[in-house]
Amino acid sequence: MLRALWTHLVKDLRIEWRSLDAIVSMLFFSGLVVVLFSIAFDPRGAFSQQIAGGVLCVATMFASVSALNQAWAREIRHQVMDAQRMVPSSGAELFLAKAIANFLFVTIVQMLLAPFFFVFYNLHVAGQGWLLAVVLPLGTWALVGNGIFFAALSIQSRNRELLLSLILFPIFIPALLAMVQATTAILTGDSDPALWIKMLVGYDIIFTTVSLLLFDVIFHAE
Amino acid sequence: MKKLAIGLYAALTIALMLWGFYQAIYVAPTDAMQGEIFRIIFYHVPSASVAFIFFGVSLLGSIGYLTFRHSRQEWAQVADAWALAGAEVGVVFCTVVLTTGPMWGRRAWGIWWTWDARLTTTLVLWLIYVSYLLLRRFAAGPQMQTLAAVLGIFGALDVPIVYMSNRWWRTQHPAPVFGGAQGSGMDKSMLVPFLWNMLAWFAWGLFILILRFNVERKHQVNAAEEAREALESRI
Repeated sequence: MLRALWTHLVKDLRIEWRSLDAIVSMLFFSGLVVVLFSIAFDPRGAFSQQIAGGVLCVATMFASVSALNQAWAREIRHQVMDAQRMVPSSGAELFLAKAIANFLFVTIVQMLLAPFFFVFYNLHVAGQGWLLAVVLPLGTWALVGNGIFFAALSIQSRNRELLLSLILFPIFIPALLAMVQATTAILTGDSDPALWIKMLVGYDIIFTTVSLLLFDVIFHAE
Repeated sequence: MKKLAIGLYAALTIALMLWGFYQAIYVAPTDAMQGEIFRIIFYHVPSASVAFIFFGVSLLGSIGYLTFRHSRQEWAQVADAWALAGAEVGVVFCTVVLTTGPMWGRRAWGIWWTWDARLTTTLVLWLIYVSYLLLRRFAAGPQMQTLAAVLGIFGALDVPIVYMSNRWWRTQHPAPVFGGAQGSGMDKSMLVPFLWNMLAWFAWGLFILILRFNVERKHQVNAAEEAREALESRI
């Protein structure tokens, strides 16, 4: 039943493995954002603990937009997208495969970025560090799930690269807020991140469900 | 006949708005705690109600378009025109809310803006519907309507989440004046002017909404006509 999903996923992973386009560009871009923020805000002491969560989430967000645009843009050449429209399996599987592949890319970037991040911002985790392994994937899924959906939506328009950010960021605001609040709560240890984690779970469930239901509609929009 | 009705309605709306202005500025007594600045409520709250209801119209239009786009093309076009008109006029009223709010906040709170639940929700709502209008501008052709309808549904879905998340975050907006806790509500001397203004702004909003809807319908008819002519000229 999930054969189409598996095929799409393996194809995307193989393309990325051979080119490393998405991961390298995202890694460099998010690294740049981290450096730029640390120059702009001069993070030292307790202040760096306060802003680190926000910087990490925003850096991930900006970086992933480039990969999300590429995810569909590379399907335009050789009319791959038209071929995918004619495939007799449901579009939801294609959506899920793309989302999982890009989720993996962004997660790899986050894991590679984390050590530099801790060094540049002199971080130490005051709360329960293992919760980061829950918060970051949940937030990343919210970003990538919506991002893949809206990238497929905006790819059919003029100004597609700009349009993705314009549509994605407003919708992503509540998830960003929850992600930043939870990460900051874990890093500073001042408050309990449980409420924000629950909110991220709720956001993920709602938007993933709606995306799966509506993906065929936008993918076959004529 | 139709023109006469439109003219009459427009005249009535303008009269209502003048009457509402008179009521708000001259009849309503000055607030004991806030002074003159409280009169902004006569414009802020009606605009907010109109904006939220029109965004609701837009959502219904989007759902209607997706429901009927294969089975009943004509209905779908009408629904799409409502979706666009609701979003566009809603954004205008929402802009009024976001302008009058900080003016009041500067005097009452001493700050222009704060990231509280209602303010943030309204701002995000505004951002979402501006992005909706941008999508309609950037995407072309018949698929634009489908894409816009999907975005309209996503945006509406986001609003309650934004609201809840900000309530957990922080809240500073005054507790609801109407239907809130004990001690809420307005004195009759203020309530009457308030209701007049509510009526006037709804009448005005509806007028603009229907005008915008008609313009969009004419656009659709023209576009369909042009497409048909282009097809026929090839034969």
